Amino acid sequence: MANTTALTGINGLRDIRRSPASHLAEALETGSVPGKVVLKEGPFQTMAGVRVDPSSEEGARIASVTGGLPVRCGEVAGREGVSVLWLGPSEFLVVAAEEAHDSLGGDLIGSLTSALGDAPGQVVDLSANRTTYELSGPRARAVLEKGCALDLHPRKFKPGTALSTEVGNIPVTLWKTGEESFRLFPRASFADFLGRWLLDAMREYASPEVP
Amino acid sequence: MLLISCPNCGSRDETEFHYGGQAHVPYPENPSGLNDREWAEFLFYRDNTKGIFAERWLHSTGCRQWFNMLRDTVTYDIQSIYPMGAPRPDKAAAAPESGTASTAADSTTTGSAAPSIAATSITSTSTAPSTAPSTTQSGTTAPEGATK
Ligand SMILES: [Zn+2]
Repeated sequence: MANTTALTGINGLRDIRRSPASHLAEALETGSVPGKVVLKEGPFQTMAGVRVDPSSEEGARIASVTGGLPVRCGEVAGREGVSVLWLGPSEFLVVAAEEAHDSLGGDLIGSLTSALGDAPGQVVDLSANRTTYELSGPRARAVLEKGCALDLHPRKFKPGTALSTEVGNIPVTLWKTGEESFRLFPRASFADFLGRWLLDAMREYASPEVP
Repeated sequence: MLLISCPNCGSRDETEFHYGGQAHVPYPENPSGLNDREWAEFLFYRDNTKGIFAERWLHSTGCRQWFNMLRDTVTYDIQSIYPMGAPRPDKAAAAPESGTASTAADSTTTGSAAPSIAATSITSTSTAPSTAPSTTQSGTTAPEGATK
């Protein structure tokens, strides 16, 4: 890759970067109900949209960078520090830590781009396209079920599954990361709406349960 | 609310889909040879069927892939879901189509044979008979995944 040290902090831009739901930080904190359901905005992540035919040679090259490509809807592939979410039969979302970005000393985007080469497909840096909400706790599923028509019951929706669907009527990629934890990727312009929608859905769990 | 069974993602709410209009509207073999009336009819004139209707759908919030559906416009009963480029399953015995809707080609690749079939049938009708066996096959296998 290029001289990445020269790009440290991207000339100071990194320091003033603000996440799409940063203005909600306080509301998320006060709206969370520890022990029941907690909502946080996750840290910045490096994300790349990849379109490639997984059965092709270039698909195999991409897979060797990411540690495999998911085969079917819901699957998440990857390796240590890199996850690949299935968006479509030839469309994937690569998610990694922020430091994996080429402008911060990593090489994820660059190595994906060079793995694709001139072959048909695309690698697009989508790191600023979506933000991450982390919803966790024993009532997290109940909160999501208010606005998501998928079967979220654990017998059907297992940890390590990610689905593109609708939550609160907006398009979201919903990733179940643990038994009681979910990661939601709304597009940046929906971050405010989804954050407030989730807070509203969480509100009832702050009150004592009515038997 | 319809529950639509996407061939890639399974059963999802209707709100995740976009309607793509009538299926099996062949792109004109020689568009520049059409007069205004014929061109307008290709672009805008569609059947208004009461009963079983073949139509295109896009799973826009999910896998972003197109597929075809046979739906009863009276009861909303979804009778069959089948790939782009495949002939209507209820008319599989009929003569092979001379072309498929152009959307099959400009939608993303599905990894199946559908896009290439669509591409060949757009460029020339003479290739249609040779692709017919494979489309017939996929047409007959598709209904298994269809919803009730
Ligand atoms: Zn789908």
